[in-house]
Amino acid sequence: MSEKEHNVSRRQFLTYTLTGVGGFMAAGMLMPMVRMAVDPVLEVGAEGDMVAVADLDELTEEPQSFPLNFEQDDGWYEAEIEETAWIYLDGDDVVALSPECTHLGCTVNWEANEDEPERFFCPCHFGLFERDGTNVPNTPPTEPLHRYEHEVRDGTVYLGRPQPQV
Amino acid sequence: MLQRIYDWVDERMDITPLWRDIADHEVPEHVNPAHHFSAFVYCFGGLTFFTVVIQFLSGMFLTMYYVPDIINAYESVMYLQSEVAFGMIVRGMHHWGASVVIVMMFLHTLRVFFTGAYKKPRELNWVVGVLIFFVILGLGFTGYLLPWDMKAYFATVVALEIAESVPVVGEMIRVLLAGHEELLGAQTLTRFFAIHVFFLPGALLGLLAAHFIMIRRQGISGPL
Repeated sequence: MSEKEHNVSRRQFLTYTLTGVGGFMAAGMLMPMVRMAVDPVLEVGAEGDMVAVADLDELTEEPQSFPLNFEQDDGWYEAEIEETAWIYLDGDDVVALSPECTHLGCTVNWEANEDEPERFFCPCHFGLFERDGTNVPNTPPTEPLHRYEHEVRDGTVYLGRPQPQV
Repeated sequence: MLQRIYDWVDERMDITPLWRDIADHEVPEHVNPAHHFSAFVYCFGGLTFFTVVIQFLSGMFLTMYYVPDIINAYESVMYLQSEVAFGMIVRGMHHWGASVVIVMMFLHTLRVFFTGAYKKPRELNWVVGVLIFFVILGLGFTGYLLPWDMKAYFATVVALEIAESVPVVGEMIRVLLAGHEELLGAQTLTRFFAIHVFFLPGALLGLLAAHFIMIRRQGISGPL
């Protein structure tokens, strides 16, 4: 029988099997390394605990900043992190806003600009936000300040992580 | 598809001679295990290189998680080993591979010795091979300290004592390796890390290139 009568020639067969076996071995070698490298992407985010931040009767209609302390797990490194939250009462509802400007991440302050009362002001690029966190049109930020998940238990306000409002 | 991409590049660059020159060469009968099974001894050089490639790759990936710092080194190794998916496997590859390189290199040296392949005109390649041997030992020596556990620390304490026992310049060698006059500490760890991941691998690549260029230039030595 000549080579021509076969659908797959001897050379092709060898090429396929050797490439297959070689590919399998290379994959077996590279898979653990690549899986290890992409682990942070595939990691399921841990649910953060709610942290006690303030007593309900400390809150007023005026936004006040409260410290928010929590343990941060960063791989092999654990850190005590202090964030702040702007908290106020809207009727009976508690509103807790993140001070992180949605433009480029600077820190905003309540009524920090004398010309802009009743607004959050970001000193970096003069971003402005209304009391409820809505960004003021024609200033750099393109979305409202993030809101902390919150929960009131026995007169104490607990905050989770800030979530986008849009 | 692949063929068409290759043809497109080849038509413009004429890349075929480039890889032909590297990959396409006769394997003499006396080194081909298909002809004489005992010729498998000629595989040890290639196997050494293969394991070195694994060491390079797994080492590169390990540095994504490792920090060469006395506070965090051990913690970061524990983290990558126990928390990161497949971290244990990758560290295992690097750990066991280190020993496999030494074994394969030793078998390769034995084969070269007993087939007399080091003789004229290949003396220089033997010399380069011995330099590679020392570089690999250096990699094993410096890598051993990096996990910064008790075994690593005290093995290096002993090794530095051995270095110090060299007449006249011993003290100097010890300080040069440890990076501190008395301690084996923070500066030793960063120093060993730098040597382990930059200096020695760089030297190894250069020496391996010389080793392979010479073998292609001179061909494999003849049968016994």
